[in-house]
Amino acid sequence: MAPLLDVDSLAVTLPGPRGPLPILHDVSLTVDEGELVGIAGESGCGKSLTAQTLLGLLPPGATVTGSARFAGTDLLGLDNRGWRRVRGGGIAMVFQDSTAALHPMLTIGRQLTEHMRVHLRMDRRAANRRAVELLDQVRIPDPERAMRAYPHQFSGGMRQRAAIAIALAARPRLLIADEPTTALDVTVQAGILALLDRLRAETGLAVAFITHDLGVLSALTTRGYIFYAGRVVETGPTGALLTAPTHPYTAALLGARPHGTQAVGTLRPIPGGPPAPGEAPPGCPFQPRCGYAQPSCGTAPPPLAPAGADRSVACVVRPHLEVATR
Amino acid sequence: MTDLLRITDVEVEYRFRGRGRVRAVAGVSLDVAPGQIVGLVGESGCGKSSLARAAVGLTAPSAGEVRYAGRPVTPLGWRRRPGAEIGLQMVFQNPYASLNPRRTIGAQLLDGVAETVTGAARRDRVGELLDRVGMPAAAADRYPHQFSGGQRQRLAIARALAPQPKMIIADEPVTALDASSQAQVVNLLVGLVRDLDMGMLFISHDLALVHEIADVTAVMYLGRIVETAPTRELWRDPRHPYTRALIDAVPQIGPTPRLPGTLAGEVPDPANAPTGCRFRPRCPHAFAPCGDQPPTLQLGGRSAACWLNDPTVAPAAVPAH
Ligand SMILES: Nc1ncnc2c1ncn2[C@@H]1O[C@H](COP(=O)(O)OP(=O)(O)OP(=O)(O)O)[C@@H](O)[C@H]1O
Ligand SMILES: Nc1ncnc2c1ncn2[C@@H]1O[C@H](COP(=O)(O)OP(=O)(O)O)[C@@H](O)[C@H]1O
Ligand code: SF4
Ligand code: SF4
Ligand SMILES: [Mg+2]
Ligand SMILES: [Mg+2]
Repeated sequence: MAPLLDVDSLAVTLPGPRGPLPILHDVSLTVDEGELVGIAGESGCGKSLTAQTLLGLLPPGATVTGSARFAGTDLLGLDNRGWRRVRGGGIAMVFQDSTAALHPMLTIGRQLTEHMRVHLRMDRRAANRRAVELLDQVRIPDPERAMRAYPHQFSGGMRQRAAIAIALAARPRLLIADEPTTALDVTVQAGILALLDRLRAETGLAVAFITHDLGVLSALTTRGYIFYAGRVVETGPTGALLTAPTHPYTAALLGARPHGTQAVGTLRPIPGGPPAPGEAPPGCPFQPRCGYAQPSCGTAPPPLAPAGADRSVACVVRPHLEVATR
Repeated sequence: MTDLLRITDVEVEYRFRGRGRVRAVAGVSLDVAPGQIVGLVGESGCGKSSLARAAVGLTAPSAGEVRYAGRPVTPLGWRRRPGAEIGLQMVFQNPYASLNPRRTIGAQLLDGVAETVTGAARRDRVGELLDRVGMPAAAADRYPHQFSGGQRQRLAIARALAPQPKMIIADEPVTALDASSQAQVVNLLVGLVRDLDMGMLFISHDLALVHEIADVTAVMYLGRIVETAPTRELWRDPRHPYTRALIDAVPQIGPTPRLPGTLAGEVPDPANAPTGCRFRPRCPHAFAPCGDQPPTLQLGGRSAACWLNDPTVAPAAVPAH
């Protein structure tokens, strides 16, 4: 069966002050029906730009090559009407900052029903009924009352739930969630992760979950993509990816995070930061920060190559990596 | 060992026109010794920042007392800090709270350098401070917006270090950063505490991060500290159900997906704090005695405010952990 979302060799260039800036290079990824897929990497590695490309939300002047097919539709060939149709029922999105997605002056109920009346052409009564149902589905207590509340009367976790309810209003088949829990408490985050997992189980929703927290990636998703400098550098089943990484960058990300139960009192930051767009070195983009670099790393960006069961890695050296058990 | 920072029974109240008042901090005691890192964790809105602001003297506590190096910390609007209190500095979550976007980094660092340092030595101090936080000397001539989030936070730390403080209160200093930048900034702060024998109160809602660095961890819930213990002990054997819930909610890396544990309900509005134990409406172990507020019980080098630790009332079959 063809994947629900099939992105192949996607490249995105944005206009910059001194000429075009290459942001995404040769990104390929798939999401199956009802699958929970994770995308992780440091800030600025192109995670959000990938999401924006899949929702037709790139800034003006962007050039896109490659292909992106969603349920048989070629996304990159869509006009504005086509994009509205995809956003109205195929792909939906939730963002890190749910306050930005919610209008501060309108009640939650109004925002939910407006969306349904415009995109789904429902009448007021049906929209109201569905809105209450949605708020209940995302576990907002007392949905009837919540309909009359304004966003500022909700806590951060409730606002994020409301944003998810709005995203679900049009019954999307794929939800792209861009760091939806980064700003939330772990307790609230746990509730949102459980909610997404339940929606997948109950409605067959597929979720592409973007995060920079590898713990979240492991807890929720079954397959993961590690992004670096606008490229996929490693992909595979999340458990294997994070317990036995094969790319030095994945291993370095694991070393930088707190260890949870097995705290060791040391965090090992990756020296420096990811290259700015257009400033990546000619070879492997991770080379300046990589402890395993060899002269052969400097010639061309390593392509993503198969590396065992359902896994691929973009590294020419493939060093033996020590990973602390946790 | 004498405490560098001593917070005793501090309360912080906010008044609203017509709507009465909210007690954001409802009686907190906490000590930090030189060379010690004390972590303060708790969910959003539990009063961490309110406590921090009272501890550095940015707001006046409505009750209780804060002492730094044995002397009361005097709340002072925008008056200049008395000499003795310059040793107590704060690092905020948003580096813009401590950096002026319109002035160069060098000029802002100079503001903090003591007036007794004069001439070329002042300029040298700027270079030293930048070096301490791992930034090149050339950063002095640039403006805050020319740096990444992690670099800006390091510059804010350099600004806090300029007056050579003995005690740093860091309020969510790395919350907005990704794991690698977090590790860079956190290692920097820990290194400073160890090298310069400073004290640090490290506030965070990231329990796993605090687990890595703090000597002692205090857990705050709805304006009160519910448990304090040496960090490893707290994590291994929590004595308060809220601590347990926070630990269980941390997502862990493993071979198969495993959702973190969830905690029922939400943090109540402090204006309508529950009677008795404030955690009662969300507590899976609540029992009859919890209708009364539990006292903070001393448990040999650690403490917890939960009736389950009182053998005279707790049913033997219900462990807190
Ligand atoms: N200036 C203020 N006026 C009125 N209420 C306030 C004020 N500052 C904070 N509060 C309230 O006091 C309580 C504690 O707030 P505080 O900012 O100390 O929480 P916190 O633990 O630092 O949370 P976070 O993790 O979100 O930073 C909250 O209910 C908050 O809404
Ligand atoms: N509108 C834009 N114009 C130019 N560059 C941009 C724009 N949006 C993002 N970028 C750049 O593209 C890169 C990837 O950004 P982003 O996808 O937001 O990263 P992530 O979500 O992984 O943190 C970054 O270097 C960022 O600065
Ligand atoms: S290709 Fe070379 S520089 Fe790149 S990750 Fe592999 S070892 Fe490191
Ligand atoms: S005192 Fe009672 S309600 Fe409070 S935490 Fe302990 S068991 Fe739970
Ligand atoms: Mg992003
Ligand atoms: Mg705060």
